Amino acid sequence: MKITMASPIAATLAALGTAFTLALAAPEASAQAAQPPIRIGSTLALTGPLAATALVHKVVGEIYVEQLNKRGGLLGRQVEWIVKDDQSKPDLARTLYEQLLTTDKVDLLMGPYATGAILSAMGVAQRYNKVLVHHTFGIPSMAKYEAQFPAWSLGPDPANTVPTTVFNALAASPKPPKTIAIVTSKFPSVHFMSLGAREVAKKRGLQEVLFLEWDFGNLDYAPIAARIKDAKPDFVWVGAIGLEGNQLLEAMSKIDYVPNEHFYMYPAPGPMSKSPLAKNALSMTVFEEHAPYTNAAGAKEFIELYHERAGKAGIPDTNVEVQAAASYTAWQILEAGVRGANSLDDAKIAQFLKTHKIDTIQGTLRFDGPSNYGDDLMRVKQVQNGRWVTVYPKEFAAPGATLVVQ
Amino acid sequence: MTFPSATLLAQSALSGVFIGSLYGLLGLGLGLTWGLLHIINLAHFGFAFLAAYLCYQLASVGGVDPLLTLALIVPLFFALGVAMQWLLSRYAVTPVNSLLATFGITAVIEAGIQYFWTADFRKLESAYATEKFRVGGLFVPVPELITLLLALALSFGLWAAMRYTNLGRALRALAEDAPIAAAFGVNRRAHAMLLSGICGALAGVAGVCLALSFTLTPSQIYAWVGVVFAAVMLGGLGSPLGPLAAGIVIGVSEAVTMAFASPSWAPIVSFSLLIALLLLRPGRT
Repeated sequence: MKITMASPIAATLAALGTAFTLALAAPEASAQAAQPPIRIGSTLALTGPLAATALVHKVVGEIYVEQLNKRGGLLGRQVEWIVKDDQSKPDLARTLYEQLLTTDKVDLLMGPYATGAILSAMGVAQRYNKVLVHHTFGIPSMAKYEAQFPAWSLGPDPANTVPTTVFNALAASPKPPKTIAIVTSKFPSVHFMSLGAREVAKKRGLQEVLFLEWDFGNLDYAPIAARIKDAKPDFVWVGAIGLEGNQLLEAMSKIDYVPNEHFYMYPAPGPMSKSPLAKNALSMTVFEEHAPYTNAAGAKEFIELYHERAGKAGIPDTNVEVQAAASYTAWQILEAGVRGANSLDDAKIAQFLKTHKIDTIQGTLRFDGPSNYGDDLMRVKQVQNGRWVTVYPKEFAAPGATLVVQ
Repeated sequence: MTFPSATLLAQSALSGVFIGSLYGLLGLGLGLTWGLLHIINLAHFGFAFLAAYLCYQLASVGGVDPLLTLALIVPLFFALGVAMQWLLSRYAVTPVNSLLATFGITAVIEAGIQYFWTADFRKLESAYATEKFRVGGLFVPVPELITLLLALALSFGLWAAMRYTNLGRALRALAEDAPIAAAFGVNRRAHAMLLSGICGALAGVAGVCLALSFTLTPSQIYAWVGVVFAAVMLGGLGSPLGPLAAGIVIGVSEAVTMAFASPSWAPIVSFSLLIALLLLRPGRT
């Protein structure tokens, strides 16, 4: 674009105007530069068994802080994120959060990844009266601290509401199941959901033909697959976390068994969507890369940046889904809290968050329910053509997508 | 508890044989170094997973058939085994200290794997990964069958070598009474390095079998330790056939428990069996 000046007078006025604007802006800029940055401390499981997922949270945090600083930071100050490696050990997370507050003297805290580490961090935050926003805490009833704020919108009673959503979706499908097999890992944040599913299924009149539990870390899924095949259920609820779902699918495939309808609680999203065995597999989500989620403010830009950064970080699946979205949401909540309180005072931030609704890429969150949980925003997604798409409820379904049954 | 159908029971038992053969294959090298060299080599698991990742890399990126990767992996891991033995003997590491030292090596290997392949899941897709055939009403998956055949061949081959060759006799003599064996001209250092190299190569073979059947992630290294240690202890330290037999006993007992009852009972049954057999077997001290 070419700019032309109408006259020497206009040019002089324009120059004066520019000088005036710069004179006004300069003190603000220099003041921002002079002030120390706001330091936000957290840990992530950068090594150990949870590292694969924690890396997602690291990439998201880096993107968010970078964008936040481009927008001018918080309260006129730049933001610095200090992240330490808790090695997937909740006990180490506790020590590191103590260190962040006492040695590093961070201004604010951000939660770690995974329920165990979050519980540890919550204990430290409570001792120092700090706000703790956390990404993916799996057992809401255990979140007792009043200044903790969940970014993962499970609702206060997910053991009831999540299975209800799944069964509602199935009931609305062309072939509602009549019999169910519930097989589940005893991993804490999964197990209680499966027990909830059992209760909800019973109330809804589904006939339970099989109930099995295995210890987390089980190596042989073949007998479990054989028992599911033998039970011939219409629907299999798999209380699986991480790779367990894929391992069970592989074991089923080895005995030539394809489940009719199958649901996985917390699957490793990339490996499951890419496995040809996972055709039509169901799971839960709070965000997928399609409308209407992508209509949320900042969502499209975030997705684009995440694809680029996750690829550079060596993350095989660069799609934004539950983990990345929950992580982004956590940062949105913290930012909203600080801006709303206009202060770094944790009590004021907590008070603001408890009394206000926060718009995030997951939807609008509130923190005035039991354990600061608001609505259950979990929706049902399905593997279709090698990718996850939301299929229920209708208003969140990907354009043209419906629940497909065998 | 409901009684399972004959097909379910047989299919479960078969899967127990398959997973048990992998326990045995992993335990083979571990048991030999423990029994004959008095080194409790936790790095054996690290080596196996490193081999699994190398197999994955060569097959997925290089397009090499997974079984052909053995041509590179076996000599490479033989050399690694020799190098580790040299290191341990250089510093005269005691059996208890060997546990700590090799645990450290395992941690380093895990970190290395995570650095090169990240902590994410890696699945080897090979031409025969999903191949299976039917025998009667039972399905026999090809990768698991390969593992069983390799475990049988290597266990019996080593058993025969230990029993009928001078090398085997020398190794057994060293384990029995090293000073007397040395007096008869057995070179302890050379034999120890050779055995350690063989055990390293066995870890390499086990790693290829792991890659054929399982999705890989670095932290999975530790998931195998408990059950493979149980197979080695039950099978007898230094025995080439023991870990395979014990592995299959554990695998089948776990699988049949899963067929009858809750899968979460499986470790209880297998480890109770281990305790009972250790307490009741003849000749225990």
